[in-house]
Amino acid sequence: MIETIGIWVAAFLTLSIFSFLYKDNPFYKFAEHLYIGVSMGYGIPLMYKLSFIPFVYKPIFKMHEFILIIPALMGIMFWFRFSRKWGWMARYPMVFFMGIAGMGVPLSMHASVLVQMRSAMLPWENFNIFLIFLGTITILMYFYFSKAHTGLYGKFTKIGIWYMMIGFGASFGYTVMARISLLIGRIQFLMYDWLGFGH
Amino acid sequence: MKRQIPLLIVITLGLLFMAHAFIPHKISQDFYNQWYREWVKAVSPFAALLGIYSLINVHVRKIKRKAHNWQYSIATLLGIIVTAVAGFGWGSESGSPSSWIYENIMMPLCATIFALLAFYIASAAYKAFRARSIEATVLLAAAIIVMLGRVALGAAITHWIPDATKWILTVPNLAAKRGIALGVGLGMTATSLKIILGIERTYLGGGD
Repeated sequence: MIETIGIWVAAFLTLSIFSFLYKDNPFYKFAEHLYIGVSMGYGIPLMYKLSFIPFVYKPIFKMHEFILIIPALMGIMFWFRFSRKWGWMARYPMVFFMGIAGMGVPLSMHASVLVQMRSAMLPWENFNIFLIFLGTITILMYFYFSKAHTGLYGKFTKIGIWYMMIGFGASFGYTVMARISLLIGRIQFLMYDWLGFGH
Repeated sequence: MKRQIPLLIVITLGLLFMAHAFIPHKISQDFYNQWYREWVKAVSPFAALLGIYSLINVHVRKIKRKAHNWQYSIATLLGIIVTAVAGFGWGSESGSPSSWIYENIMMPLCATIFALLAFYIASAAYKAFRARSIEATVLLAAAIIVMLGRVALGAAITHWIPDATKWILTVPNLAAKRGIALGVGLGMTATSLKIILGIERTYLGGGD
């Protein structure tokens, strides 16, 4: 019985979302708002069990690591954000998080710049390695906006655009396949589980 | 002082963390692993609670003011309350009310919203095709080859399609991703530097 109710609820919500294909309507709005609420509601006990209990409650009250009262108080300072008079206090926990930006300088330089440059500058043992090098250089040329994209420079940036279009096309193809796969899943649910075709 | 002290903390922590990446000394490692990470984990649940309060506050105010479409806010609030009570009361194990909500409400809604995008992606592809530019045609041709190359149909038509898919993914696609990654890396470095040098201050919010 409870399983049947579940299938009918899921089918109603699935059709409510699909109804947006016609136009925005109350069924879609209801399903959309319910999704936000349920997602948040599902996250609250998870956050409590996986974050608050192991990292705040247990260390302070069970293991007596009282030094962690300081970050807990800092966390509470976030709530001053809602006060006009005391709102400035919410800056302290925020800057505590922002400090990690310092690590971003060497790490992003290493992972996204130096490693990528090293991988791009390989000996041209085959034509594909040359093509990868050409693509990387021409894309970087395209993103250099201090020089007008005209003449010979413009021709190189055009090659960069072609490389990016192929890259975007590949990503687009993957995205389409993932979404179609989900669509097939929902149609199978409606056809087999809800309407009972194929049973 | 309400702005200067937080800025000083960011600059100090930023420089310390920048040094941490270059100094593999025990003090530096302990500073990050045993102190900073543990403190961040202890602050995080309170930050999450701020988000929960903010969402509830928005919808409660909408209902109180009888704002446009306020009725739907009741669904959001009921969704939060019922799901949270189910999670706290009976846990999230298989067969629990929370698990029922997840399987029959949350999962179908999430999957359908993402499935809905299939139609809009198809519409976007059609518009790109209508643009009739060489670049748009290249994009669509790459997408079609990649899609066909990842399913059995592509290989059934000709073995060239899976081979072409592999080449697209490992050569031009790699070059495109690498070029963009280089730009993103430089952007991240510049933004991080702007934060620790106090040039970027929007995270401090308004007020004095």
